[in-house]
Amino acid sequence: MNALRVSGRFGVGMMGLLLASVLFGEVQAADGSASLLATMWKWAPLIGQGFLLNILISVVAMTLGTVAGLGLGLGQMSPIWPLRHAAQIVTQFFRNAPWLVLLFYCILLLPYEMRLGGLVVAMPAWIKATVGLALPVMGNVSEIVRGGVQALPPAQWDSAEALAFNRRQTLWMVILPQAIKPMLPPWMNLYAVLIMATPLVSVVGVEEAMTLTRFALSAENRSELLLPMYLALLIAFFAYCYPIARWTARLERRFAVKL
Amino acid sequence: MLDTIAERPAPAAVASARPAAAPAVMLANVRKSFGSTRVLNGVTLSVKRGDVTCVIGPSGSGKSTLLRCINALTPVDAGTVVVEGIAVHDPALDKLALRRRVGMVFQQYNLFPHKTALENVMMAPIHVLQEDREEVEARAVALLTKIRLLDKAHCYPGALSGGQQQRVAIARSLAMRPTIMLFDEVTAALDPVMVKEVLSTIRDLAEEGITCILVTHEMGFAREVADQVCFTDHGIVVEEGPPEMIFTQPEDPRTRDFLGHVTF
Amino acid sequence: MNGVWEWFAWLNQAHGINLPVFYDSYDRQRFFAGLLTTLELSALSVVASVVIGLIGAWLLGTSSIIARRLVHGYVHAFRNTPPLIQLSFLYFAVGNLLPRLEGVGGSSRPLLDGFAWAVITLSLFGGSFNVEIFRSGIEAVPASTIEAAESLGFGRWRLYRHVVLPLALRICLPALSNNLVNLVKTSTLAYAIGVPELLYVSAQVWSDTMNVREMMNLLLVAYVGIVGVLSFGLRRLETALRVPGLGTVGGRI
Ligand SMILES: Nc1ncnc2c1ncn2[C@@H]1O[C@H](COP(=O)(O)OP(=O)(O)OP(=O)(O)O)[C@@H](O)[C@H]1O
Ligand SMILES: [Mg+2]
Repeated sequence: MNALRVSGRFGVGMMGLLLASVLFGEVQAADGSASLLATMWKWAPLIGQGFLLNILISVVAMTLGTVAGLGLGLGQMSPIWPLRHAAQIVTQFFRNAPWLVLLFYCILLLPYEMRLGGLVVAMPAWIKATVGLALPVMGNVSEIVRGGVQALPPAQWDSAEALAFNRRQTLWMVILPQAIKPMLPPWMNLYAVLIMATPLVSVVGVEEAMTLTRFALSAENRSELLLPMYLALLIAFFAYCYPIARWTARLERRFAVKL
Repeated sequence: MLDTIAERPAPAAVASARPAAAPAVMLANVRKSFGSTRVLNGVTLSVKRGDVTCVIGPSGSGKSTLLRCINALTPVDAGTVVVEGIAVHDPALDKLALRRRVGMVFQQYNLFPHKTALENVMMAPIHVLQEDREEVEARAVALLTKIRLLDKAHCYPGALSGGQQQRVAIARSLAMRPTIMLFDEVTAALDPVMVKEVLSTIRDLAEEGITCILVTHEMGFAREVADQVCFTDHGIVVEEGPPEMIFTQPEDPRTRDFLGHVTF
Repeated sequence: MNGVWEWFAWLNQAHGINLPVFYDSYDRQRFFAGLLTTLELSALSVVASVVIGLIGAWLLGTSSIIARRLVHGYVHAFRNTPPLIQLSFLYFAVGNLLPRLEGVGGSSRPLLDGFAWAVITLSLFGGSFNVEIFRSGIEAVPASTIEAAESLGFGRWRLYRHVVLPLALRICLPALSNNLVNLVKTSTLAYAIGVPELLYVSAQVWSDTMNVREMMNLLLVAYVGIVGVLSFGLRRLETALRVPGLGTVGGRI
């Protein structure tokens, strides 16, 4: 309830800022040019479609990264030491490499198409970019999984062993079900980081919201459009991310009480 | 107007005029509520200089609150609290002056976890009183020797046992050279052996003539060491007097009832 | 040193692993200038973001409602929007509104260059996380420890200086380290506004020399190295400050 009120006030503030910047732009604009609001309205559908691509990329990258990261995270706790060390090194590498560099890596070094058996799968830029974003997600999910599992009291392993569960059963039936809840808030945090990283793909030319905004700005070529257009883009991301952040914070508080 | 005030000396002035007779701590009609819960309902109590006073009473009767009102950790709603001539209830109270005279030790020790035992003892005199470091260190070493913990001087609190932490906490308060010490259930979290260690440290203080006020459930200790025992219930002092009287022939039925439920 | 450079020239001739940034003096010069820019950018933003975090957390503890609202607004705005768009917004849109400096012969240049805007954006972005980190560290200091200090006569300032801040710093150091490491990684965004940092100069080199694979690998090694050195230093600090029996609050990503 309180969160709603706060975000409501915040939304009003942001919209006010946007309107002020538009008005400011109108005053600056040369006589006879089209109104800023009308110009922005004209571009809104296209940029909105771009924003949907941002969301699509984030969802796909999150799914890929989570599945791969879960495997990698379990690998980090494997009793087989070469596997454990390899998983730890891979995890640290993808956690510590900058997202933008990994993105370039995938864009420039992945092939244009891949052969899966007899099937030829085309790899358009946005797919490669998604893979590029999934890699750091994988590294971070791996750490979240390890942290979540290791935060459980060791007595859980012992008591499961005393009940004659084997290691695999213990992991899937005793440990993971308990570890999932505390893993949820950092995982959602990671999603927020990811969605805010999606504009990076504009640097490699994928036509998402940021690319299209820059495209619109250069097509219009009016400097008074800069402020309101970028502000509108920021607000769009804010409107998407802020509720997720509040929700995450609430879950975090709820789970923290139980400790 | 000014003249009349000057002719009739304030209580504080009276206190300093007759230091031997004036009480070290005096509470009159002290009231305190938290929201709608009335915790102190007119507490009146006076503690003689150099005496050991034990406050006993059921859980939730306001013992901790009473103690915290004495060193202004909790501001009172009404009534007067005078400590060594300082009017604690006064909104313009000089807290530093009060806290130089009054030390307090808590149930959960509350040592500073990022400082060693020795540093814990030295911190307040150096930073609050701005005394000379070497002098303070000598005093701190002497205090740690007295509580038989000199060998743990460079240990962090996390590496000390409960009883050891509690004794360091007492030394930390004593380093400020207070004339009054407040102890709030300082042995409640300790096992019987450690309780003995801590109580014997408190007994030493009493013998040195430091005024001690203890909230305690250690009836045996109260009986043996206290000069005055004070029974509280529902935010008032029901009965007070020398331990022989309170423990053997309590007047009030509530005191009798409470003592009937505790074991010695 | 020359021996090393020659070894890289040999590596190119004998194995086709082409790293001109080591054997070619022009590429070497621009590559290491880029490395230096990245280090400067990171160091300035790390320091400024910590200062912003401390000031913000302190303002949140004051009684002024206006100050608290402003800090909340700042934190929410910068935490919930993409840093790349923040950078573009500040550099292109806000930078465009600032007065220009008149140069010689009627030419003019912007008041703040790309490097300055990158430092500003990164500091504000990292600072918005640091505010929350410091605040939760301060909140995690137990009230009873604060009361103990108060009853020893500590006043507000000394209480903060000697008890609250040292404890809060220890409590929040893991989360802080995490955020500072992230900030260094985020410094690659400066590429987008043409600041000649490590990624930017590497891209110049690989488009001149067509050695994408080698440059990419070198770049990854360089960043993993920089981040490794920073996290190693922060971990050393953590160990140096560690005291028995004092927990920490969980780190964020
Ligand atoms: N800060 C506070 N806010 C609200 N209520 C409080 C606060 N401090 C104490 N109380 C209430 O005041 C009452 C008396 O508390 P107090 O701690 O003084 O009791 P006590 O006699 O010391 O009990 P115990 O023996 O259990 O320590 C309790 O009902 C408690 O809930
Ligand atoms: Mg109590």
